[in-house]
Amino acid sequence: MKRFIGFVIKEFNHILRDYRTMIILFGIPVAQIIIFGYVVRNEIQDVKIAILDLSKDEVTQELTNKILSSNYFILYKNLENNNEIEEVFKTGKVNEVIIFEPGFSQNLEKEGTANIQLLADASDPNFANLVTNYTNGIINNYVSELNKNSASPFTILPNVRFYFNPELKSAYMFIPGTIALILMLVSAIMTSISIAREKELGTMEVLLVSPLKPLQIILGKVTPYVLLSFINALVILALGNLVFHIPVRGSMALFMIINLLYIVLALSLGILISTFSNSQQTAMFVSMFALMLPTMLLSGFIFPIENMPKVLQVLSNLMPARWFLAIIKNIMIKGTGLLYVWKETLILIGFIVFFIAVSTRKFKYRLE
Amino acid sequence: MVTDSNIIRIKNVSRKFGNVKALNHINLAIEKGLLFGLIGPDGAGKTTLLRLITTLLLPDEGKITVDGFDTNKDYKEIRKFIGYMPGRFSLYQDLSVEENLNFYATIFNVTVKENYHLIRDVFIYLEPFKKRLAKNLSGGMKQKLALSCALIHNPKILILDEPTTGVDAVSRKEFWENLKQLQKLNMTVLVSTPYMDEASMCDKVALIQSGTIMEYNTPAQIVSGYQKHLKAVRSENMHALLTDLREYPGCESAYLFGQYVHYTSEEKQTVPDQLTSFLVQKGHTEIQVLDIEPNIEDCFIASSAGIPNHTENIK
Repeated sequence: MKRFIGFVIKEFNHILRDYRTMIILFGIPVAQIIIFGYVVRNEIQDVKIAILDLSKDEVTQELTNKILSSNYFILYKNLENNNEIEEVFKTGKVNEVIIFEPGFSQNLEKEGTANIQLLADASDPNFANLVTNYTNGIINNYVSELNKNSASPFTILPNVRFYFNPELKSAYMFIPGTIALILMLVSAIMTSISIAREKELGTMEVLLVSPLKPLQIILGKVTPYVLLSFINALVILALGNLVFHIPVRGSMALFMIINLLYIVLALSLGILISTFSNSQQTAMFVSMFALMLPTMLLSGFIFPIENMPKVLQVLSNLMPARWFLAIIKNIMIKGTGLLYVWKETLILIGFIVFFIAVSTRKFKYRLE
Repeated sequence: MVTDSNIIRIKNVSRKFGNVKALNHINLAIEKGLLFGLIGPDGAGKTTLLRLITTLLLPDEGKITVDGFDTNKDYKEIRKFIGYMPGRFSLYQDLSVEENLNFYATIFNVTVKENYHLIRDVFIYLEPFKKRLAKNLSGGMKQKLALSCALIHNPKILILDEPTTGVDAVSRKEFWENLKQLQKLNMTVLVSTPYMDEASMCDKVALIQSGTIMEYNTPAQIVSGYQKHLKAVRSENMHALLTDLREYPGCESAYLFGQYVHYTSEEKQTVPDQLTSFLVQKGHTEIQVLDIEPNIEDCFIASSAGIPNHTENIK
């Protein structure tokens, strides 16, 4: 035990004395939260739209006013015919065109339904999706107000030309995503680099030629990172809460346990990487390309898994972050308990067992 | 049965790295309490042999026992009682002198205090710099710290891989004196070095070249085993002298050695006058021809003549 504590103290000294490590550990999470928080905006403001009103009646007028007075939209142009739609999109000045069908209010009165078509500029799919969602919201709001004052229910059917990502509605995506990314980064990359560094400097030779057992070396290496990663998760959570007002709806204890589980998973992955990389550079590159990018791209953090090609969807199953994200989103946003996420939790545990088994098999108690 | 005084036994050991034969059928027995020198140029196989003894590598062929324990099966036992200092002083550069020493003490389950007597002679120089980070130490200081770290757990066998490389002459001398002191504590010390002049400090030396042990004996016996007549020759143009001597009939070897060319011939006795007049003919002036006693390096060159692809540039 004294040996272990001595080892951990030594590791802490390494980390605390290297300002670059400290920046990676604590600077990046804060920067990422702020960047993702503000760049991956889920709110819209003053979006320019064009309206093609083929009916020009009382209801369409009222609805147009409603949309324009919402603060989200600004009318760029009133269109006269269908031909103008493409033109106005091509100028790039307009993000959305709203089309009311001919005889809108008559249809609504006689048949109880009327159609609106929403066209969005999909060159920025996420944004386009947001815009149509907001428009939909306003329309639905209007319909429910109409229905309050009348006996027979009205429906307005918004016909959206593309529908990109229904899940994007949740404004909370980036906090779980950043936690997944940061914990992976800190845990896996930092441990693999710190083990590779000992190999590179030759100190590993001395550690091996000592009564220390491989497990003691590994545990001594990872313990500081478990602590630091956990602090990191808390910092991210606190930032999310204070700056972006994102709460944890579910059980805080469960949230912490899942985080710890994921940290252990990332650490075991880092150890695995270090067993086959002999230099810090290799460890760095393997971690970056094998972990960070796939975690960002394939876990559903930035791009929804449902919209990926089949092959990538299958691949995404291999991303531990995917399962972690699924659990965390459930706990944070939906407030569900273990009952709903036990399958994903088991998968995480499975990953841990696998990685630890492989890395203890591969850990070399000799050189090469 | 005679009790075994050999603490390390190496039997017919070979080791390859890919297609390169690093060690070729090595046999060695190292007695307990010896200050043993493994001497040879870079790439001769010194580090590989020491790593085999420390259990860091396994032989492809043959067997090594350390204090009766097999390096393959019983590596855990061996690792309990050896002290090892790798070629690049394996210190944590971002830890202070004190922290390095404390760390190595902790992983061997000892305290600096209880074993301070072992390192006192070495560490005394480092005391004033206790708080300094290892990366800010000079080469000689790093060497002393690395030695202290390897010694702190009172190992039975101390294995040092090129401890004097990159260290100034004064520190080297002090270092060897420290090693001599350690022998008094009943420690067996293995040192590898490319510096031939350090051979005389050892009780016994093994000369290694291209993965083969050429000689293993006390330095004095190695020197006395030298069969040839050695001459040191000098003139004002050393480069021309070297080529000319190699053309002299009966020349066996001629190589630069410090200020002189060391020269041996196939004949039993070269007449100095004849050699001098030959050199005068060749246009040399200020010619000196001296009979000299061989040193370890001469022995090394003589015995490595039979070994393929040996290098002529020995430090």
